Amino acid sequence: MAEPFLIGDTMTGGYGKGPDILHECTVAVDKGEIAVIVGPNGAGKSTAMKAVFGMLDVRSGAVRLNGQDITKLSPQDRVLQGMGFVPQTHNIFTSMTVEENLEMGAFIRRDDFADTMEQVYDLFPILKEKRDQHAGELSGGQRQQVAVGRALMTQPSVLMLDEPTAGVSPIVMDELFDRIIEVARTGISILMVEQNARQALEIADKGYVLVQGRNAYTGTGKELLADPEVRKSFLGG
Amino acid sequence: MDFLNAIVALSNFVIIPAVAYGSQLAIGALGVTLIYGILRFSNFAHGDTMAFGTMVVILFTWWFQSMGISIAPLPTALLALPFGILFTALLLVGTDRVVYRFYRRQKSVPVIYLIVSLGVMFILNGLVRFIIGPGDQRFADGARFLIKARDFKEMTGLKEGLAIKSSQGITVITAVIVVALLFWFLNKTRTGKSMRAFSDNEDLALLSGINPERVVLITWLIVAALATVAGTLYGLDKSFKPFTYFQLLLPIFASAIVGGLGSPIGAIAGGFVIAFSEVTITYAWKKVLTYLMPDALDPSGLVQLLATEYKFAVSFVILVIVLLFRPTGLFKGKAL
Amino acid sequence: MSDQTKTFSLFALVAVLIIGTGFVQSWNSALFILNMGLISAIMSLGVNLQWGIAGLLNVGVMGFVALGGLATVLISMKPDPEAWAAGGPSILLGLLIGAATIGASIFASRKIAKGWPRILGVLAILLFGFVLYRLTFIPAVKAVEAVNPATSGYLGGLGLPILIAWPVGGLLAAGAAWVIGKTALGLRSDYLAIATLGISEIIIAVLKNEDWMSRGVKNVIGIPRPLPYEIDLQNDPSFVERAANIGLDPTTASTLYVKIGYALLFTIVLIALLWLSQKALNSPWGRMMRAIRDNETAARAMGKNVTARHLQIFILGSAIVGIAGAMMTTLDAQLTPASYQPLRFTFLVWVMVIVGGSGNNLGAVLGGFIVWFLWVQVEPIGLWLMQVITAPLAEDNALRTHLIESAAHMRLLTMGLFLLIMLRFSPRGLLPEK
Repeated sequence: MAEPFLIGDTMTGGYGKGPDILHECTVAVDKGEIAVIVGPNGAGKSTAMKAVFGMLDVRSGAVRLNGQDITKLSPQDRVLQGMGFVPQTHNIFTSMTVEENLEMGAFIRRDDFADTMEQVYDLFPILKEKRDQHAGELSGGQRQQVAVGRALMTQPSVLMLDEPTAGVSPIVMDELFDRIIEVARTGISILMVEQNARQALEIADKGYVLVQGRNAYTGTGKELLADPEVRKSFLGG
Repeated sequence: MDFLNAIVALSNFVIIPAVAYGSQLAIGALGVTLIYGILRFSNFAHGDTMAFGTMVVILFTWWFQSMGISIAPLPTALLALPFGILFTALLLVGTDRVVYRFYRRQKSVPVIYLIVSLGVMFILNGLVRFIIGPGDQRFADGARFLIKARDFKEMTGLKEGLAIKSSQGITVITAVIVVALLFWFLNKTRTGKSMRAFSDNEDLALLSGINPERVVLITWLIVAALATVAGTLYGLDKSFKPFTYFQLLLPIFASAIVGGLGSPIGAIAGGFVIAFSEVTITYAWKKVLTYLMPDALDPSGLVQLLATEYKFAVSFVILVIVLLFRPTGLFKGKAL
Repeated sequence: MSDQTKTFSLFALVAVLIIGTGFVQSWNSALFILNMGLISAIMSLGVNLQWGIAGLLNVGVMGFVALGGLATVLISMKPDPEAWAAGGPSILLGLLIGAATIGASIFASRKIAKGWPRILGVLAILLFGFVLYRLTFIPAVKAVEAVNPATSGYLGGLGLPILIAWPVGGLLAAGAAWVIGKTALGLRSDYLAIATLGISEIIIAVLKNEDWMSRGVKNVIGIPRPLPYEIDLQNDPSFVERAANIGLDPTTASTLYVKIGYALLFTIVLIALLWLSQKALNSPWGRMMRAIRDNETAARAMGKNVTARHLQIFILGSAIVGIAGAMMTTLDAQLTPASYQPLRFTFLVWVMVIVGGSGNNLGAVLGGFIVWFLWVQVEPIGLWLMQVITAPLAEDNALRTHLIESAAHMRLLTMGLFLLIMLRFSPRGLLPEK
């Protein structure tokens, strides 16, 4: 089997000098696919994603993007390599307009990014409507769209989302998932952490169930949804 | 007629001086608020930075004067201003490299920066006094007035004269230009936007590839310009004395906090709030009221709410009221 | 080197420096440095309580020092009956009206529901009270200030022994600290710094301008002493005889006697306060304070009322500074409002605390002595340095005269550098907190 496009391979590590939170944990995503990390609270879901993005020390194991070892790169350098990251909170510039948020997303680009901005607006029409409003004035779902849009401005090949639907209503959640599927259709790989495990696995090509920083179950979204063990322990029957 | 006289007296003694003083405070407060927004500490060395910049301007003014260079009727100081900004910029960037950057790398808490800025203040204070001395310096030349009181009286036939000092006119015009430039820069340019982004959400700015050291460098450059301009305008309008500039810290901080620390618009609004309160409360209203009141009710005293010596108390009281009732300021700053 | 040896040797160094000054310069200047060093150590102890133990920034030390100075005048000067007759009661009444107005407006703003009625009501109370206050206060002030303006022109004090002024100075400072603390504590740390800076400027403005209270910039001189006057000692035959016995002329002996007397008094106060501070620091209360400083959020979560604790320690620290202020004015025997310079008082005391070791009471005391010693000695050293540097220049060279004249400002520069270097390379100070 060929190696996936992005892989965090048997990662072990933790924050600073603290104890290990991840134990030989592997997460990966293929081109244009959606991979979802789920698991109980404190399972190290976000930590696994941050490890892939270089926000904590990976003491053993490696992170490879398109076959290249990027374990030692800083988050900023990973952005340059084509990774986009949407943090769970504080993921927009609240005092700036929607358009300025997108411009800041494209800060590292020195070429003309008007096309990309149009693509983002096509993807999230509401943002075009509100382009001159301060992002802080938008609703929770709209803010998440700004956050995703900001990350898309660098034209990443991988987009990483940390609980994009945290704190939004079920209707908004469905809409956000639809958008995420659309993003994936444009060829961008998506790695996301989700609290709403069932809905997330429904749209996932690949699912990782983490428990205490280790891989507990791995499979396609459908397989995991069908697995009685997974259903019993994590999906509430 | 009396009513017109009253308005003229009011403009002459209250409105015009307060507008000029407010502009000076606003530019000073913009410097404080920018540092707060980007570097996230209250810079106690700002008053002395203003003094340093003004001192360089004065030295260049004297040099130009001795060489016979002049741009009369404008004050020579305007010609010296760019040199003042240049030297202040070198000073601030140098201070950042030698002093502040270390604490940035350590990720120190704001209080530590504040104490460090006290140390910097000490040094600047000594430096300025060492070079130019602690005394009063006047360096305004060129035309003294835009409108003289006597001319105004002849022109209008009113009893009250209206005088506008050139320094007041220059202050307001310069302030408008400086503020317009600053807002254009912050809102329209890529670099300016990246500064706002950094101030808004540092982590996300880093994630977006904004270089923090560059943002900090540009902030110091802008602050150098603002501090030198504010100091020079104040010095032209009143006079230059190192200790007075240190004392300006209080009204400047009050302006920035009243407006909302970290908010540029707030700094400007705060500057005018403080200036107008200070001038109206310490002004002796007798003259204006004499025109308005019927003769029988002529005020006997000066009708001055507070002696001018207590003008700092005005800033302070407004500051306290804002802290008690709206600690984030008029325009929600980054406070609390 | 163990902690104790280090502490001991550093204090021994201070002793050597002061005694050295005695041998090299004069015993008079050595005792001057010792006395002011003792006072500085007390100020530093107060600020250390606020900053070192609670992490509170007080940038208005000068104001609290000045309030202590004011206390000496209010307590120990003889009352001026003529001035009291001219307007004393009206002034007191005016002040009472002023206080009542503020009290009433605070009461009203608490009782009336939010909205226009409240704003208008409070404004009306303030306006009415202000007019009433002006009508009683201003004429009385004028009358008082007109009584013998050249020598008196103020109400005078209570004529009580000067030593009472020391605790009263502490009380005055504590009162001011309470007002500031109530407003600015619980907000960002910067706000307390700015508020204290403001109050200290205002206190100095009041001292400079309220002539009826303490003669403003006309200064109050001849504040009574807790010790005999030199001239009385010199006229006392038994003192002269005892001086002769140890081989001193009466003049020198009398000045030394007085200065040593002050040193003893100050030492008693310093030791008492230091002992109390140490007790407090090591009590459960002190541990709680440090816990709050190190992690305010956690302390809050554990149900500690952080703001109230901060208010306590802020008031205590300011009171100590006020006591030191009163002692200083007693030593000077005069109150000169113009001499209160923020750089000399507020910031120098900060340097003392940080150099000594914030959070360590002994460190604060040590910092007080060392920094004061430097403050006194840097000026002659700076002057000497400038003379050496400019020696090749002609006697009347403009640069040379300028540099020599400006040598005095070297102090500020040196102190600033000293502070920055300590903060950077030894942020925990000479005697770090345990």
